[in-house]
Amino acid sequence: MKKIWAWGALLFGILYFTLPLVGMTNFSLKMRRGEYSFEAYARVFGDPRFQETFTYSVTQALFTIVFGVLLVVPTAYWIRLKLPGLRPYVEFVTLLPLVIPAIVIVFGYIRLYNTSSWLPLTGSAFGTNILLMFGYATLALPYMYRAVDTGLRTIDVATLTEAAQSLGAGWTTILARIILPNVLVAVLSGAFLTFAIVIGEFTMAALLNRPAFGPYMQLLGANRAYEPAALAVIAFGITWGCLGLIQLVSRFQKSAPPKA
Amino acid sequence: MSFLSLTNIKKSFGPVQVVHDFDMGIEKGEFVSFLGPSGCGKTTILRMIAGFETPSDGTITIDGKDQGSLKPNQRNIGMVFQAYALFPNMNVHDNVAFGLKVAGASRSEIDTRVKQMLGLIKLDHLADRFPYQMSGGQQQRVALARALAVKPQVLLLDEPLSALDAKIRVSLREEIRQIQQQLGITTVFVTHDQEEALSISDRIVVMNAGRADQIGTPFEIYNTPATRFVASFVGTLNIIEAKVTDPAAGTVMVGDQSVILAEPIANLKGGDTISLALRPEAGSIAESASGDTSLVGEVESTNFLGSVIRTRLRVGNDLISFDMFNNPGVVPPSYGESVKLRFAAKDLLVIRE
Amino acid sequence: MSTAHISARSPARRLPLHWLGILPFAAFVTLFLILPTMKIVVGAFQTPDGSFTLDNIRGLFTPSILAAYWISIKISVASALLGCLAGFAISAAVVFGGLPKGIRGPLLTFSGVASNFAGVPLAFAFLATLGPVGIVNVFLRSELGIDLRALGFNILSFWGLTITYLFFQIPLMILIITPALDGLKREWREAASILGATGFQYWRMVAFPILLPSILGTLALLFANAFGAVATAIALTGSSLSIVPILLFAQIRGDVLGNPHLGYALAFGMIVVTGVANAIYIWLRARSERWLK
Repeated sequence: MKKIWAWGALLFGILYFTLPLVGMTNFSLKMRRGEYSFEAYARVFGDPRFQETFTYSVTQALFTIVFGVLLVVPTAYWIRLKLPGLRPYVEFVTLLPLVIPAIVIVFGYIRLYNTSSWLPLTGSAFGTNILLMFGYATLALPYMYRAVDTGLRTIDVATLTEAAQSLGAGWTTILARIILPNVLVAVLSGAFLTFAIVIGEFTMAALLNRPAFGPYMQLLGANRAYEPAALAVIAFGITWGCLGLIQLVSRFQKSAPPKA
Repeated sequence: MSFLSLTNIKKSFGPVQVVHDFDMGIEKGEFVSFLGPSGCGKTTILRMIAGFETPSDGTITIDGKDQGSLKPNQRNIGMVFQAYALFPNMNVHDNVAFGLKVAGASRSEIDTRVKQMLGLIKLDHLADRFPYQMSGGQQQRVALARALAVKPQVLLLDEPLSALDAKIRVSLREEIRQIQQQLGITTVFVTHDQEEALSISDRIVVMNAGRADQIGTPFEIYNTPATRFVASFVGTLNIIEAKVTDPAAGTVMVGDQSVILAEPIANLKGGDTISLALRPEAGSIAESASGDTSLVGEVESTNFLGSVIRTRLRVGNDLISFDMFNNPGVVPPSYGESVKLRFAAKDLLVIRE
Repeated sequence: MSTAHISARSPARRLPLHWLGILPFAAFVTLFLILPTMKIVVGAFQTPDGSFTLDNIRGLFTPSILAAYWISIKISVASALLGCLAGFAISAAVVFGGLPKGIRGPLLTFSGVASNFAGVPLAFAFLATLGPVGIVNVFLRSELGIDLRALGFNILSFWGLTITYLFFQIPLMILIITPALDGLKREWREAASILGATGFQYWRMVAFPILLPSILGTLALLFANAFGAVATAIALTGSSLSIVPILLFAQIRGDVLGNPHLGYALAFGMIVVTGVANAIYIWLRARSERWLK
């Protein structure tokens, strides 16, 4: 009796989640009438716009990750070490991007950093790229901060710091050589998640008019029939890849001997 | 027939048999402890009485009624868990009231009974507290009140003191015993702590690898252990290896010293080895000490434990501990000193394997 | 090094130096999260020349904009509730349902992937499945003779969008609620049972109240998640379904409302809606969580 509803719930889940995946895969292979082919994929990969936008988004993602790590790791570390009273507030702030819609945030950017403002970031392509990167960092903040903070919880920050200080290490050394390696797995999970978010992001890139992968997919979807399905399969594969890498690194950490 | 009777109980988890042919009758109002190391099957027996596990074979009856077909919530049993298991979303009052509430008792009935229970455990003033606001000892008393509120026929205590500090452990076990006697409730207590079992039980079941090695009063268990396992698990015991010289006369050699036992040795012949047990408190080195038997040994170490001083003697290949009460006027023996340990021959028990 | 020396020497100067450590973070958050949001909030109450007005807010109360908010809220509530329900059922099936242990790991991994598989590609996947020439439609039409379109189903509708959003809502619920279900101790169930409670009574009086804060939190998160979803909606419907994020998107792109400050008001409305959803959550949580530290 109990098993029946359990299997029922699971079966419903499997059906609901596999159908769209089967649907898009099936559709992506049917570009040639009457036979299955990889024609749609060939078209997508052959499209220079695909290559350009994909490269652009990957570059953006990498910069976002570097910036996010440099911003979040020292902050989370510092708060754990010296300002534990601030933790609830900082945590609240880092969760805000989950509550404030991205479209509202980017709307604020457009009005705040336009050509006639004190910081005219949207005035040049370079400035807009920077602004977009900050936007992505904001979107990824909840995930990045939580990952790093959880990682820091598992190590004794205060003792490690004091030990390093007693050996004469400065702050940069402590962060780069002691703290970062110890939370590397957490940082990596945050990084892969950031990558997945940035690659597929549409709203910010579209409204800031940058040639990113998300708007490209949307444009293609509006004009073509089969290529979008192929793109969806590719995007799903990228997401799987990122999440799979997270699993891999966290498993690696579990199997690693505990640090004394 | 006993009030709570376990007849021919067997339990296997897959290929592993954890309880072998267990038989026992527990009388109404009796306090019985199941004592043994972890994995000995004591908790499994308790969980079978509660109905969380089903015996692979055998029957459990309470007051003549077979429990086999009853689910845990149909049995009239109270249980206290090691980790308190208070419902974290309810305050003390609601926790204690839970069993009455699901039984459909009226509000006034519930309030009266809860007050009565909180009075019993002396926590009337904490009725509005939530579990997280209380110490472990307080939580466990609330758990006891919760279990007793439904007036169960049998009370099961699953290592209820293990998670507590040493001091609380002693005071709470006295309180549990006192409440149990006051209510006259049949109680089964599971523990791995021999001191706990000895101090509060009417009878003790010493479990070893799924079997009851011995069932008896604390006095019997401690003074006349039936097996080597019981002897070593209950209390501190010196095990002395000796060589039989004359079975009929009951003489053995410990190292190069000859000792005469209280009784002849059955089933052994000269030259066989034999295990003897001696309690640390059975011996004494005082000149005035009575005792028909003695062993001479060299002092290996002296540990001051407060009220007693425990000394270890080397006799041949054996180390023998003995306790003496602390007396400011007497200087304890020192390392390397040669002393004579006197004891009564009847205190030297022959251990059957 | 210098920080350590100074802090050891003069406690009075310790505080400011400690605060310096989070300056970069504070600056970033202020510039790229707080100020942009404040700009929207303030702008919603300003005329183009900067003086105070309520006209922008008043401008929201036109039938078309109100309808857009209403359908947005409906989709968000429906997809959050259904997502919670389905996610809970699947998670409970795996944790308590006696299913093979091997299912759990893959389910959580898949949920991690699916909860991040939102936006444009998700819309494509559902178009290829439930769209006019999608695999389900084609199958039902050719094999069973059922025409979903004729029955009134359209992917570009309230239900179409809700079903699509569930693809990231359900996994998110699974990810959040599974650890919470794991946190239910076996002893609680046993204690309830030995005290005479049925399985249903245990769930109603013990397990559900304990889980409620997590469930409420997830509901609020799922609501905000659906309410702010722009990409999925645009890729799925173009601009044929008038929900708030699409309206705002069009307004930012080309000022379709004829008043730039009406856009502020529109965005401000979104903040208010998600803010209210979270205020309700915090209020309910405070009520249901008196027993937590």
